[in-house]
Amino acid sequence: MITAERKPLDEILKLVGDQKKVLVAGCDTCVAICLTGGEKEAEILASELRILAEKDGRAVEVEHTAAIRQCEWEYLDMIAGKVAAADLVLSMACGIGIQSMAEKFAPKIVVPAVNTNMLGMPQEHAVWLERCGACGECVIGETAGICPVVRCSKSLMNGPCGGSHDGKCEVTTPEKEDLDCAWALIWDRLKAQGREEMMFVNRPPKNWSKSSSGGPRKMVREEAKPV
Amino acid sequence: MTATEYKAGSNLEKVLSSGRFAVTGECGPPKGADVTVIEEKAKILKGYVDAVNITDNQTAVVRVCSMASGYTAQQNGLEAIMQMTCRDRNRLAMQADILGAATLGLKNILCLTGDHMSFGNHPEAKGVHDLDSLNLIKMYKDMRDEKKFQCGEEMTVAPPLYIGCAENPFADPFELRALRLKKKIEAGADFVQTQCIFNVPKFKLWMEEVRALGLHKEIKILAGITPLKGVGGARYMQKFVPGIDVPQDIVDRMAACEKGAPSQAEGKKIAVEMIKEFTEIEGVAGVHIMAIEWEIAVPEIVEAAGLMPRPAVA
Amino acid sequence: MAEPAAVVEETAEAPKKPVDPTFEPEIIVFACHYCAYAAADLAGSMRLQYPSNIRMIKLPCTGKLEVIHLLRAIEAGADGVYAAGCLEGECHYLKGNLWARKRVNHVKDLLAELGIEPERVEMYNMSSAMGAKFAEVATEFTQRIKELGPNPVKREGVSPHAAAREALGGVAMPEDPQEASAAATVEEGLAE
Repeated sequence: MITAERKPLDEILKLVGDQKKVLVAGCDTCVAICLTGGEKEAEILASELRILAEKDGRAVEVEHTAAIRQCEWEYLDMIAGKVAAADLVLSMACGIGIQSMAEKFAPKIVVPAVNTNMLGMPQEHAVWLERCGACGECVIGETAGICPVVRCSKSLMNGPCGGSHDGKCEVTTPEKEDLDCAWALIWDRLKAQGREEMMFVNRPPKNWSKSSSGGPRKMVREEAKPV
Repeated sequence: MTATEYKAGSNLEKVLSSGRFAVTGECGPPKGADVTVIEEKAKILKGYVDAVNITDNQTAVVRVCSMASGYTAQQNGLEAIMQMTCRDRNRLAMQADILGAATLGLKNILCLTGDHMSFGNHPEAKGVHDLDSLNLIKMYKDMRDEKKFQCGEEMTVAPPLYIGCAENPFADPFELRALRLKKKIEAGADFVQTQCIFNVPKFKLWMEEVRALGLHKEIKILAGITPLKGVGGARYMQKFVPGIDVPQDIVDRMAACEKGAPSQAEGKKIAVEMIKEFTEIEGVAGVHIMAIEWEIAVPEIVEAAGLMPRPAVA
Repeated sequence: MAEPAAVVEETAEAPKKPVDPTFEPEIIVFACHYCAYAAADLAGSMRLQYPSNIRMIKLPCTGKLEVIHLLRAIEAGADGVYAAGCLEGECHYLKGNLWARKRVNHVKDLLAELGIEPERVEMYNMSSAMGAKFAEVATEFTQRIKELGPNPVKREGVSPHAAAREALGGVAMPEDPQEASAAATVEEGLAE
């Protein structure tokens, strides 16, 4: 799923500026599952903003709402009334939802309350690990189902580098404590699959034009377009 | 072997091709637009090493670039091995730089992935990692041998290159380490310099695997050596530097010496002992002495190891 | 050696904010009905004295308490809020009180971010047999809040107790009749 983390309050306040009517808009899909930007979290942020306004003696109205999915036009219609009544929308959706909102309700000011950070997997409750870089050309068929693009700190196509130690990556900052070496994982799984020879193939340079390096991407499915 | 048969015709290539035990050194460029540092280091090492590695933003810390510093070294009579990391350049820059380096007379290149940005002084930098070191080796080989850019397009004049790589026999998984060297040979590496060795038995074990695969016949292997200045450095590397294996007996030997001259002498002595041991290992074609900010120790070590005079190869 | 001692002394004697003797804080207590709520009853029957500043909301378990419930009470002007759950390891629902502690701690962080004293929220643990402990906690916490002074967020005509109950929706359990009537009396008193 897409994961996001809430921005620091100071940054949110700067983005809100001196707007008087603020709508905190959560999204009840990915960001709700990662406990960052669902209706619950939107309600908490709205309450925080009201507490702060009251404490500082500022007349600000803060409401909250949530769309089932901020990234789809149809669901945005459902909150259009509340958006219309606000001077500014503080969106807690992922970057896609925030932009859909900004586009749908342009020129309404829509600002993010979260930092979208990864395509992650909930490894355990409240712990997410990055699993996909949306690089546009999946290689995990050759790498035992483990993505070297985002799970190797150096995106090696031919790992492991000399910094692999006891199955761990040399990049082990406090935030990345105990980071597994993707290539050690790949090797272990290839062995378990009896496909060791796949480790010894020289993989050519990756075609990054399929990734965001190639410019903004567009996908069209002609056969699925409405008639 | 005649001159025309050389891939690049560098001094290093000639020494290694002649079968003589090679010695390479290492110089880190300074953190400022100062040409004198490399000039000074070159003066110290000249005549004692066959070529010198010029590091490329080592440990992800910005310094004078390896191309300019390599050029300075060569202007001062010391052949350079220009290091190139995949961290800082994409394939366009890597190819442009190697063409530029070739026009400046640089012939030896060492292809590296590079230390991660998080270790350096710009941890907020975007890591490029367009290619990995294997892709880089292959790209340079194709430029040299096929006269082709990575995209397949032909170039006007191919750069004469002697292509090196690095390998760390002490990284994990150990069972992959010799096999990974094989991949680098297949990609086109002509020589390999290893991570600095302190654990000689483990290095010998790696060399056994290398010989079992016949790799020592396909690539020139230079064993990495870092002379220790004191016990502090030994302990630091033992505990904190990933991929370096410093056995306790080395630390103990350094700890038994007083700080300053006695422990420096012991560090040099250990280095000399190791070099002598490496000359006896089948398949080791030379040593790579990385005296980090201690270049002055190199002439003494090379001399004591009986590796002087350095061969003058035509 | 004299210098550090002097520093210690100074710290110990650091002047506190003068306590306003007329300030009667409004304190919301989220009490688990298996323990703290029963402990309050016991305190009553033991005729133990504790401040009338506390207003209780009965929960089936403090594990039902969410971040927003605590925030709503603060937003509505409560000067202090605490949750009182079972002793750790004795939760009727196994871990509800441990969850409550985590949430209370999170609210402390949020308050700090807002520039409001995190000490205004707290988590306590007690058993139903601890009438004295209940009175002691109520007394101590009330004193703490008196020292902190009023919540900077004060809203005229808003009842923190009602706001917290509303935020809890169906989660809050009905109050015992005597508690309800006592509450009504207090509310009337406040209204006057």
